[in-house]
Amino acid sequence: MSRDEGVRKSLPVLPDAPPDPGRRNFMRTAAAGAAVAALSGCGLEDFFRKSFRELSKDDVKRIVASLERKNSAKYGKTVTVSSTPARAGVEFGYGLDLSRCVGCRRCVYACVEENNQSRKNPQIHWIRVLEMDKARGVDLAHAEVYYDAEEVPRPGHFYMPVQCQQCRNPPCVKVCPVQATWKEPDGIVVIDYDWCIGCRCCMSACPYGARHFNWAEPTLPAEEMNPNTHYLGNRPRPKGVVEKCTFCIQRTRAGRYPACVEVCPAGARKFGNLLDPESEIRRVMETKRVFVFKEDLATHPQFYYFYAT
Amino acid sequence: MRRLALEALRACALAALCAGTALASEPAPRTPAPEKPGQLQAQPPPFTQGIFPCTQCHVGPGDRTRRDLGFHEDIKFEHDAEHRWCLDCHSNENRDVLHLSNGDPVPFTESYRLCGQCHGDKYRDWRVGVHGKRVGQWDGQKTYFLCVNCHNPHSPRFKPLKPKPRPARPEEMRP
Repeated sequence: MSRDEGVRKSLPVLPDAPPDPGRRNFMRTAAAGAAVAALSGCGLEDFFRKSFRELSKDDVKRIVASLERKNSAKYGKTVTVSSTPARAGVEFGYGLDLSRCVGCRRCVYACVEENNQSRKNPQIHWIRVLEMDKARGVDLAHAEVYYDAEEVPRPGHFYMPVQCQQCRNPPCVKVCPVQATWKEPDGIVVIDYDWCIGCRCCMSACPYGARHFNWAEPTLPAEEMNPNTHYLGNRPRPKGVVEKCTFCIQRTRAGRYPACVEVCPAGARKFGNLLDPESEIRRVMETKRVFVFKEDLATHPQFYYFYAT
Repeated sequence: MRRLALEALRACALAALCAGTALASEPAPRTPAPEKPGQLQAQPPPFTQGIFPCTQCHVGPGDRTRRDLGFHEDIKFEHDAEHRWCLDCHSNENRDVLHLSNGDPVPFTESYRLCGQCHGDKYRDWRVGVHGKRVGQWDGQKTYFLCVNCHNPHSPRFKPLKPKPRPARPEEMRP
């Protein structure tokens, strides 16, 4: 092996002499062909496209149309993919009445159905309902998310649903190494699933456990798939990306209430425009006892908990 | 001269004080609550199948004496039962409507006006959407739920529910 022996060693598969030109050309073409074949699975175009915020309007239109085609074929129904931007003069606010929530988890499953989460393996829930002791108050060390009961509310307990708090100072956005997640002008923190690299830094940064990872190919039965989707919201996700609550962006940007608000049997969930003094959420903030979760972390949520009584 | 000046100063101070209080007591300008009774869109009242109109059976005014009822035995009355009974809310003259405490008739579709007579704080919150539920558009047309869509008027306490299944634990999700 010493240099002075003057023997040139090379990898065993390659001959020392350069191959003849014809053979070199063949190899080059074959390699390019293989690369194209490998990429065409996810679409060359998709692979080389820019991040969502850098796309031109035409690009967005084209990408959305191709997504609609692909998902309509995959799920066997007409799937719409909206890319409706934030409305000017709107800042969403969410209120949750802790004195009304009974812990029935209707919101959890309405959210799953609306937002096309993976049903099982992995099972993804964007809302987690915490059962807490009335005697202890909001105490995370003694909160139980896996409670099972014949009837709720169980005596001596109260319930605190937790989902993305849509922080004004979102730690998850700060840590994303590729800027695949950001805060929209109306306050919704969104993710570009095609830009996410699945590093899960945002999950460890989020103090609310609001972000969830698709550890495996999501299981979404075609008959249960909600075809009314938004690019930054509930369109079906691939394996290996992070997802989270978007205040039902596909509904709220169209003026509707989020699914969890409409399903709540106790009327504990309130939603509206913080900039509109007549909105329900503003009435809540002006007349009720309101707090934000983990205020000491200065995340400044747009999600408020309150007590109506 | 000096006394006059003092007097003038005092008058000025008094005027300023009055102006100040007047300003403070003036209510902040507010558009009135958009929902006037009888104009909002609400879910229909949840009648038992086939029970309405009540005049199918109740023709004309009935017996006003307080007693146990022979027919409506499915109704468990737990709404301040010690002090209240049917005809406090149901109209004796016309069973197809309710009545306020002053005797004014109220249709079943506007029963919230009746409930609001005792539960004024809840009524106030409900009208601005803080109590109860609304569905539809956050920025436009919405449908209200009547008090009785969530609270049984004869037994108004919110009933316990069976919760949906608990989430899977991480160890249960492994393939």
